[in-house]
Amino acid sequence: MTTVRKEDSMLLQKQMIGDHYERLSHAGDEGRKVVYTFVPGNLNELVRSFDLLPLLPEINALQSGMRKLSGNYIAEAEKQGHSEDVCTYVKCDIGMLKKGNIGPTGKPLPKPDLLLLSYTGCFTFMKWFELLREEYPGVPVAMLHVPYQANGRIEPHYRDYVVEQLRTEVIPKLEQVSGRAFDEDRLREMLGRSARAEDDLVWVLESAKHTPSPIDAYFGGVYYIGPIFSAFRGTEGAVDYYRALRAEVQERLDAGEGPMTPDGPLLHEKYRLVVEGPPNWTSFREFWKMFYEEEAVVVASTYTKVGGLYDRGFRHDPEHPLETLADYCLGCYTNLSLPARVDLIERYIKDYNADGFVINSVKSCNSFSVGQLLMLRQLEERTGVPGAFIESDLVDPRYFSAANIKNRLESYLQMLDQKRGAAA
Amino acid sequence: MMEVYVGIDLGSTTTKAIVLDDGGHVIGQGITNSRSNYVIASKVVREEAFVRTRFTITRESALRAVSDAGVALEADFFPSIERNFRLQQYLEQLGALHDAMFRVAETARHKAYVDDLKSRLDAMCSGMRNDARVYFAPGAVRKSDFFRDLAGADYMARAEAMAEPKGITFDTLCGVFDSAILTVENITFEGAFERHIGVALEDTLREAPPEVRRFSDRLRDIVESARLLYLSESGTAGTGYGRQRLPFPKEQIRSEILCHGLGAHAMFPGTRTVLDIGGQDTKAIQLDSEGLVTSFQMNDRCAAGCGRYLGYIADEMNVGVHELGPLAQQSSQRVKINSTCTVFAGAELRERLALGQSREDILAGLHRAIILRAMSLLARSGGVRDEFTFTGGVAKNPAAVAALHDLVRENYGKRTLNTSPDSIYTGALGAALFALRAAERRAA
Repeated sequence: MTTVRKEDSMLLQKQMIGDHYERLSHAGDEGRKVVYTFVPGNLNELVRSFDLLPLLPEINALQSGMRKLSGNYIAEAEKQGHSEDVCTYVKCDIGMLKKGNIGPTGKPLPKPDLLLLSYTGCFTFMKWFELLREEYPGVPVAMLHVPYQANGRIEPHYRDYVVEQLRTEVIPKLEQVSGRAFDEDRLREMLGRSARAEDDLVWVLESAKHTPSPIDAYFGGVYYIGPIFSAFRGTEGAVDYYRALRAEVQERLDAGEGPMTPDGPLLHEKYRLVVEGPPNWTSFREFWKMFYEEEAVVVASTYTKVGGLYDRGFRHDPEHPLETLADYCLGCYTNLSLPARVDLIERYIKDYNADGFVINSVKSCNSFSVGQLLMLRQLEERTGVPGAFIESDLVDPRYFSAANIKNRLESYLQMLDQKRGAAA
Repeated sequence: MMEVYVGIDLGSTTTKAIVLDDGGHVIGQGITNSRSNYVIASKVVREEAFVRTRFTITRESALRAVSDAGVALEADFFPSIERNFRLQQYLEQLGALHDAMFRVAETARHKAYVDDLKSRLDAMCSGMRNDARVYFAPGAVRKSDFFRDLAGADYMARAEAMAEPKGITFDTLCGVFDSAILTVENITFEGAFERHIGVALEDTLREAPPEVRRFSDRLRDIVESARLLYLSESGTAGTGYGRQRLPFPKEQIRSEILCHGLGAHAMFPGTRTVLDIGGQDTKAIQLDSEGLVTSFQMNDRCAAGCGRYLGYIADEMNVGVHELGPLAQQSSQRVKINSTCTVFAGAELRERLALGQSREDILAGLHRAIILRAMSLLARSGGVRDEFTFTGGVAKNPAAVAALHDLVRENYGKRTLNTSPDSIYTGALGAALFALRAAERRAA
């Protein structure tokens, strides 16, 4: 077996994740309270300001997927009566719970002290928490209703509405569960750290505008967004991680090197692609290999904006702590209207000088998949760049047909080649 | 020596090859079942395409020579040589089958009755040899051209008669055949033209009218030159599902999308939209005026409504896959079918039959359902433009073509719908053209 090559920042992150799961496993013994919450537009700084530990079920699911555990969990959930059509993140989480709630790193996971639903753009999230509420009777639930950006922008009254809910619904619940009073200064400190980490992340993501790109903004990108979208935003650990990551990418940039892949650095960049949609986690490396074997580099992706968009200028703002949290919740990628998503991808194609774009349509996620075919056509019309459409799933290994996906991707890349040949 | 260019399309069901001359003309083609062994399938199909290439060369030289000499060959002259040749090929394969079955009979599990088994196998094989001529007689209709199907059907019929419930059973005989046919299918029988063409020519000459027979020596010379001609493979390209298994460098492997696009463009230069329904996937392809692909869509993970689905239906109905279309066309009242799921195909079919619906009406519904699925893919890829070319094995099915014709007219208005009897070779043709182009680029 060949050794898999990893960047230093990946090892650092692995350590951070391992430590976090370790802390979670001892939460009960140490009397630390745990908040279950989701990735998109999460309120990590707020949760952390109460000294509560966040636990993100989607992260458990995707980690289980990458560790080849999800298939059994999904089967368990289906045995409990969940249909084959239910989101596989949900089934993976429910199955894991039913099989003893041992987390992806092999450590037991604590029960929640609060179920905090901070993003309602995904209807499945609500149903997911209803299931968890049944599993953990008596655990308080806080729900933050986040209006959809139907007009393609955040209206002032949307922000006011979210801030009002933070004051009257979320903060009191956090105070009640933690037994601590809301400390706005502490929150501001964390938001300041968030902004610093976000600056570095944006620099890293935008480094892909160089040719060759020093990063893969999808397969590498999902690692880069790990700390900021999960339990670490607002911590010193995240600030350090992004500083180290930036330095690492800067080095590659200076040396004119391409992205690191599991088989070593990519020496030649043949295609620059934009990817829309989440990756498949169960065959993540196989999927990645289909790209780097063809010397295709992803220069921008929408999935790396699923927690929130920073590259369009948003930064957490310590001066307006609750307003900035509201804007963050409202601004995550799946809360954008379809026309706004098309605008965003169009800018990526142009700004990152992409040869093409690939849509990975996952069966599980309506928040992503709805409208993707329409988006494909509009993007082709607006940019003149052809798109590819492939289908897989998040963590259900049954929905990754390697031959089929490879076939489509290769056909697509050869089509790009042919177009280039015709243009030359 | 003659320079040729080869394209190979390794499909999930069948493998096809095309041979082009340096002017891009098709001079040979071959097809075989993919038998889950792409390496063998591509060897077999190449060999077959080279056999046909030598036939083409023979025919062209012979026609030139007889016309110079003022001799008229009857229309059946070349088909007769080919039938005689196919008979020789079939007999050679039967010989291999006989030997392979003997080896199976000699394994430990048949030890108790090995002599009895061998004598029955001998009797069956000699019967098959004696009756083989029937399949290659003028006007003979074969359900399939593949040795497995042809010999298999004959063998099974004989096995039923030969089996004894208390002795060597039908199951035992089937088992022997099933093991042996795998061995035979993995033999490539290279050099078949060189081995058999002489006998085939003599068989034809024997029956030929005196004025042709007087020309025999000249014909023998022509056949001999074709037999000895060195075919130099100056370019090769592969495509299809099994293309990764082809022993070519990566640059010579092209996606089916590009190959079907270019192949369709070569067959019908006005083509702007291509629909290809293959064994396990369906593709909708849009082309520019040069045959370059501008966009495409393929079916998702599920092979519902693809060629394989028709294969299962044919098996369920116990008819050949080529008979499905003509049966469907006899329908008087089409049944509405919603599911084209390959897995549920049998269940759906049995339920319909149990409801008293006729096979013809059910088949008509099935064909429409398949095409409806293809229509959605076409819409995704950018619609149906003029001209519209239907390729792949399913394009040979008249009921599928008729359903497509109707649905395209309903949804897009009048379009020229192109199909070719050689549509199954479209991908291989595209691959061969890529090979030719690459060689031209190298030369330039």
